[in-house]
Amino acid sequence: MVSVKCILGSVYALYFHIGETEKKCFIEEIPDETMVIGKYRTQLWDKQMGSFLQTSPGLGMHVEIKDPDTKIILSRQYGSDGRFTFTSHTPGEHQICLHSNSTKMALFAGGKLRVHLDIQVGEHTNNYPEIAAKDKLTELQLRARQLLDQVEQIQKEQNYQQYREERFRMTSESTNQHVLWWSIAQTLILIFTGIWQLKHLKSFFEAKKLV
Amino acid sequence: RDWATLSAWQLVLVQVLWAYLLCGWTFGSELTFELPDNAKQCFYEDITIGTKCTLEFQVVTGGHYDVDCRLEDADGTVLYKEMKKQYDSFTFTAAKNGTYKFCFSNEFSTFTHKTVYFDFQVGEDPPLFPNENRVTALTQMESACVSIHEALKSVIDYQTHFRLREAQGRSRAEDLNTRVAFWSIGEALILLVVSISQVVLLRSFFSDRKTTTTRVGS
Repeated sequence: MVSVKCILGSVYALYFHIGETEKKCFIEEIPDETMVIGKYRTQLWDKQMGSFLQTSPGLGMHVEIKDPDTKIILSRQYGSDGRFTFTSHTPGEHQICLHSNSTKMALFAGGKLRVHLDIQVGEHTNNYPEIAAKDKLTELQLRARQLLDQVEQIQKEQNYQQYREERFRMTSESTNQHVLWWSIAQTLILIFTGIWQLKHLKSFFEAKKLV
Repeated sequence: RDWATLSAWQLVLVQVLWAYLLCGWTFGSELTFELPDNAKQCFYEDITIGTKCTLEFQVVTGGHYDVDCRLEDADGTVLYKEMKKQYDSFTFTAAKNGTYKFCFSNEFSTFTHKTVYFDFQVGEDPPLFPNENRVTALTQMESACVSIHEALKSVIDYQTHFRLREAQGRSRAEDLNTRVAFWSIGEALILLVVSISQVVLLRSFFSDRKTTTTRVGS
């Protein structure tokens, strides 16, 4: 009910313009088991009126979400207003891509599309008044719950940080190994080709009776 | 103020009030997006007069990790303009009502595309409870909770910035690793090819001279 009131009452704060077949991608680097809620609202530019329409029937947006292994976890067509949600199962960079899939191409020709977007991650996805009402919490209990959620998010981020640091360390070790072994290999190649050159040329000149 | 003692309709009424209040507050927007080379990306937000806003951005990956940023108010007056900045934070109070616009430009770059993170906070975070009901001051427990909440918010903020810096470092390290691998193999091959062709070329020089000498001799 809160979300219904929100859609009726206001716009999601930030917006940007998108072209006809343009695809806009956003990256969310999140730890695992984190919930992400994305809400968008589209407005079509009306050339005759010279302003953006309040509602745009027939307009659709295709939302595609990829996980850190570039596997598609959500690929759905939504209407002109949409809400998508997913929970990450692997920590890392998730990519959220939006592109319009309009059915009314004639209307859209030369038009601009305004997209309001709001992406909430982790503890920001919790709706505290709703939780308070559902679990019948006092003010203090609700505040404590909020603090607990925040601390849980911090913990998850720290775990993810550990995992990332390990990956970084492995990459650095691998670079170190590459530099070490390839330097040795190149020095050896240099020495051996040098020796081979001298030997080969010596035998060549001897054969040609120049030496 | 115990929720269990409120009747059903009172609860509904409070929920409705909260819903409207919540929607009245603007939330902060934090996004990370891809900015292709020679591209410009603009974001707009409607702000009411007197609201304190903060724009913070950081370039995560790409090239020299810099981007042009420009913030304009509702009348087009430039409030903030920086070229080739890696990271910055700008706080301002809205002097006019209207649509504020901020743009990130990568037009100076020919082939590197960048990933930019920005955090645009408008106004304050919505309160947990509507202020209308507050007749008494916060108790010590409640104000302690509020302080902890603010401190944790700043911890999360630091974590985000640390994660972005680490992502930068990591992307550079992975780049370095790939480059070292390819160039090492390339150099080894070049060494072999050059030394063999040196010998072949020398041989060809001497073969020609021998023929000339014999011709002159006979």
